[in-house]
Amino acid sequence: MSANNKAAVLTLDPWEKLRRHTDARIALGRCGNSLPTARVLEFAFAHASARDAVNIPFDAKALHASLSELGVKSLAISSRAETRQIYLARPDLGRQLAETDAGRLRAEVATPCDVAIVVADGLSSTAIAANAIPFISGLLPHFEKEGLSTGVIVTVRNGRVAIGDEIGALMQARLTLMLIGERPGLSSVDSLGAYITYAPRIGLSDAARNCISNIREAGLKPPLAVAKIMWLIREALKRKLTGVDLKEEQQVALPES
Amino acid sequence: MTYQISVGGQRFRFVDLKALMAKASPPRSGDYLAGVAAGTAAENIAAKMCLADVPLKNFLTEALIPYEDDEVTRLIVDTHDRQAFAPVSHMTVGQFRDWLLSPAATSASLAALAAGLTPEMVSATSKLMRNQDLILAARKVEVVSRFRNTIGLTGTMAVRLQPNHPYDDRLGIAASIVDGLLYGCGDAVIGINPASDSIPALTGLVEMLAEIIARYEIPTQSCVLTHVTTSIAMAERGVPVDLVFQSIAGTEKTNASFGISLATLREGYEAGQSLRRGTIGNNVMYFETGQGSSLSADAHHGVDQQTCEARAYAVARAFHPLLVNTVVGFIGPEYLYDGKQIIRAGLEDHFCGKMLGVPMGCDICYTNHAEADQDDMDTLLTLLGTAGISFIMGIPGADDVMLNYQSTSFHDQLYIREVLGLKRAPEFQQWLDRMRVTDMHGRLVPQNPCQSLLRIAI
Repeated sequence: MSANNKAAVLTLDPWEKLRRHTDARIALGRCGNSLPTARVLEFAFAHASARDAVNIPFDAKALHASLSELGVKSLAISSRAETRQIYLARPDLGRQLAETDAGRLRAEVATPCDVAIVVADGLSSTAIAANAIPFISGLLPHFEKEGLSTGVIVTVRNGRVAIGDEIGALMQARLTLMLIGERPGLSSVDSLGAYITYAPRIGLSDAARNCISNIREAGLKPPLAVAKIMWLIREALKRKLTGVDLKEEQQVALPES
Repeated sequence: MTYQISVGGQRFRFVDLKALMAKASPPRSGDYLAGVAAGTAAENIAAKMCLADVPLKNFLTEALIPYEDDEVTRLIVDTHDRQAFAPVSHMTVGQFRDWLLSPAATSASLAALAAGLTPEMVSATSKLMRNQDLILAARKVEVVSRFRNTIGLTGTMAVRLQPNHPYDDRLGIAASIVDGLLYGCGDAVIGINPASDSIPALTGLVEMLAEIIARYEIPTQSCVLTHVTTSIAMAERGVPVDLVFQSIAGTEKTNASFGISLATLREGYEAGQSLRRGTIGNNVMYFETGQGSSLSADAHHGVDQQTCEARAYAVARAFHPLLVNTVVGFIGPEYLYDGKQIIRAGLEDHFCGKMLGVPMGCDICYTNHAEADQDDMDTLLTLLGTAGISFIMGIPGADDVMLNYQSTSFHDQLYIREVLGLKRAPEFQQWLDRMRVTDMHGRLVPQNPCQSLLRIAI
């Protein structure tokens, strides 16, 4: 096709340079009123990656192998949501431990600990695969230095944030740290969220937690996220609370990105 | 009062009107999650058959949520217009559906009827309607609202330009505004979902939008979508707030979870009115709703999610809004599981809103954990365009980089205009023509780097 023919079909938008101000999909051009083929397929690929983050099963084996290399003991359990489909339609089941797994966890717990570390797939297994180990490997030296004990690291298939309450209670932990895959966006399929909950027990609401979000290489990088979460954990243990009251201070006192 | 029916040699009982309504609802995940849905497909249809024979009048005496317990019920009952209701007061729900689809129901008769209908009546009727019925009936209704332009005229469809940015960067927002205006979007509103909730930051955004609209004399309105109490605080400080935004729902308890009551909305309405910023009208409110919010707030009283949603439109109409937007697929698959459920809900919401006389638009959208994609959005856009939707969202490339969900794009609105011949708000169209964004037929013209609107993002 000659260059002239191409120009007649595609109308370019002479403001491509504005793209430097935003990640929004601007100046895409058009063929008639419609999106050019390349733009349609770029979008479709981004959506496909986000769908894969939601649907590809969480690779517990790989995660446990990496944790073992870090010298950490771990236990794989599941929520009561038996399939991904049930998990998406029934958030209540994703907040509860499968019955046999509660027993297995109880058997693992020898003594109470300061922080129960829980890793759940949530809505993005991609986030766990990409960011859980960089985060945990950065975190554990701080725990060791500050004398904070952790029990076995628990990984949860089809888990929601609140399942960490039951796990933390079973582990007799002072605080639960939940790492969970966040709902993927088209440009952020691998975001990890970190939630802390003081005195975890069944029935707490999200108002009782503090959260650090968007942990990923292209967002809040794992080392900085570790610094932020350590600040929160220290404050929470000192003040014996998490949630709204801690949030107020968090906004002024947290290390900046 | 219990309801019962025998079908196919089987007897079905429903403990009350609320249960009957819930079991008659087309299937959706939120009603299963709430435990109010029909147990079998046969029970679902039997409930519809039973509901078809219920007199419309019953809804005036059998409240789904008690009058004493809920201010939304009190609003519905206390403002019901019996005279407007008279022409259909003898009908059952099934007869009312038939009437709506007949030539007897016209644009004029439906406009006169709106104040006589309750949300429960239109919700019940919608449960007996197929998608084509929801389109055909809604299409007959014209709801017109005005601030600086005219929204809702038959044959038109407006677009909210949604230029969100993950941390409210002004140039980032401006870049998306330029893109949207040059694609002919923004007649419904230029509306930002801010990342920040601090008054100084929000004031900066409101002033930025006011300045753009004034400098280019754009016949449209702005909105920074923040809590109504924040908009009131800004209005009191003389910040140039055009539209007062709030998310609303259909039960008092859900609204309380949003930190509002009818009294708060009244204050917001009065604050918006006091600024007198509209030029050709004084519809100052912008409301957003969505099926599932009452269940999410544990405030549904056992009422199905679609009926809760319809009750939100009764809240909206009390404040003469410019725009009411059902954000249909935003809430996630535990309420609307897939494209089929999202499409059905969008058509129901549009129908119920229009019957109750509110200027209904739709954020045709989905999240990445729902079983849906752009094909489903194309389908719903095409159906709602056909049904006469007042406005839709326009987002660069359909990808909201702040809220992380997918909606309709600047290109999508061009598609539906081309296919259905839908025009923009007339004042806005004239402006686009004057700014050489479009030709006299409303079609985009190729731009060059001298276009003055490009200076917005410098």
